Amino acid sequence: MFDIQTQLFEGVDVRFGPIDHDKDAEIESKWTHDSDFMRMMETSPARPMSAAMVKKQYEKLEKDMDENKNQYYFAIRAKEDDHLIGKAVVQWIEWANGNGFLRLGIGSAEDRCRGYGTQALRMLLRFAFAELNLFRVSAIVPEYNEGAIALLKKFGFAQEVCRRQSLERDGRRWDIYVFGLLKDEWQNNPDGHPRQAQA
Amino acid sequence: MNDVLKGELVRLSAYDPEEMSKAFSRWNRNSEYFRLLNSSARPMQSPKMAATWMEKEVGEMSPASYFFTIRTLEDDKLIGELGLDVVTWSGRDAYVGLGIGESEYWSKGYGTDIMNVLLRFAFAEINLRRVTLSVFEYNQRAIRSYEKAGFRHEGRSRQLLNKEGRRWDMLYMGIQREEWFELNKLAIDAVPRVGELDK
Amino acid sequence: MKDLFRGELVRLTSEAPETYAKSEVRWQRDSEFVRLANSSPAGLSSEKSIKEWVEKQSEKGPQPERYPFSVRTLAEDKLIGFFGLYVDLIHSEAWVGIGIGERDFWSKGYGTDMMKICLRYAFLELGVERVSLGVFEYNPRALRSYEKAGFRLEGRTRKDTLRDGTRYDSWWMGILREEWLRQNGENQ
Repeated sequence: MFDIQTQLFEGVDVRFGPIDHDKDAEIESKWTHDSDFMRMMETSPARPMSAAMVKKQYEKLEKDMDENKNQYYFAIRAKEDDHLIGKAVVQWIEWANGNGFLRLGIGSAEDRCRGYGTQALRMLLRFAFAELNLFRVSAIVPEYNEGAIALLKKFGFAQEVCRRQSLERDGRRWDIYVFGLLKDEWQNNPDGHPRQAQA
Repeated sequence: MNDVLKGELVRLSAYDPEEMSKAFSRWNRNSEYFRLLNSSARPMQSPKMAATWMEKEVGEMSPASYFFTIRTLEDDKLIGELGLDVVTWSGRDAYVGLGIGESEYWSKGYGTDIMNVLLRFAFAEINLRRVTLSVFEYNQRAIRSYEKAGFRHEGRSRQLLNKEGRRWDMLYMGIQREEWFELNKLAIDAVPRVGELDK
Repeated sequence: MKDLFRGELVRLTSEAPETYAKSEVRWQRDSEFVRLANSSPAGLSSEKSIKEWVEKQSEKGPQPERYPFSVRTLAEDKLIGFFGLYVDLIHSEAWVGIGIGERDFWSKGYGTDMMKICLRYAFLELGVERVSLGVFEYNPRALRSYEKAGFRLEGRTRKDTLRDGTRYDSWWMGILREEWLRQNGENQ
């Protein structure tokens, strides 16, 4: 039965929203100056961006979403005061094959370790499987991102690929993992309970 | 993980054309600064030109080009700028240039700190094998600062410059990855705590 | 120094857009080839659009991230296929896309020869630290060929390709610089 009443974009403490072109750029600009955050979120070099540059990126992003129709980008906001917490994305969608890639990031340190990541991933997965009707989703994570790995495992993602020594940072090489989750696996554990997650 | 955007005295920040064009006008009025500055072949003629060039270069975010402004950690004051351009990918060598526009920050250790942050970025984030710079023979303060950071003299173009009625050499200095790692005993943390999205 | 662009059976070339486009149009008629090579739905492009795409790429000039090559046989100078290396400059990793459009040249050692040249170019000329590729589960011929070339299986993404009603895995493979140097010590 179609659960139309359960909101797609409203969580307990956080919600998904569109980009606020006036307010978000300033905040995201700060995140880009945070070396630790950028090195968790991106494999490309950490590069500080001005609010003006972030704004330009937002424009490019929305244009790309509109033209290519293979990406959905959400701003994660706190329900309490609407402040920008992070971003949640389904991208590189291959409609014919029914697959896509997920990205999730909580921008400022104060907003982490509060359960927001779990709430955001819960909503993102429901959107990907129950609204975009994907068959599987993947996530790419460097081996040093323990937090992301733990979060993905909570929802039953399986580590499928170990791309050995694919990333270089701080003078050494690291592995990159590819995690995958299939639709029926998600259906068994949509809320992300660790004890229900498969090994 | 190492913070590749922060030093002890300064941090690297984004380049905002509007802010920088105002700073340039102020800094370039100090002819001593103008004559000492030796960035990697950047034409800094007018604030407007700089702004246009900046928009294009910085907007493109090529993996070969990085441009930062320098701000003090203490009071977030904009004191200078620095740039890094990869010359050859097979040699993994980049040309760097920096300038401290606010002259009251000269000879106080800021130059050395900035260079250390830059070198860490070059070796630990862009994964270069060596860094090169050129410096005017008469810029003794900078030469000493670079020597302190670990640069070695590699050669000179004799009598290249013509200023104040005499000729001067252009000095070339370079530092290799192994040398810098050795000098700084680059500490690689254990798997980091920052970045956990949830517990 | 050994010739980078020449193997035992084939040599690398850069083709005029019209020449390449003519062959590509013919290769696209073989849907088996297309479905072995691409995960996106098979389509049929006009010679004009392929030619224009190739021209657009050349207009950009040499790019340090892209190394596309066409492949011709040494014996008959026939254009039989292509490979491309796509480099992540920061992490020194190259992805390979490789294909033989002329079906008559399958299973005859041409693919192996092409991959040999490709890896030599990647490791000795581009100096990368690793080369990666993906291959469909339903392409066991290619998988065996890559294993022979020294690639190691690093995992499979499950059921990420849907074709003719069945979901297939993709296999992901990689070869590290030190592995390739060890395997090719004598043959440089």
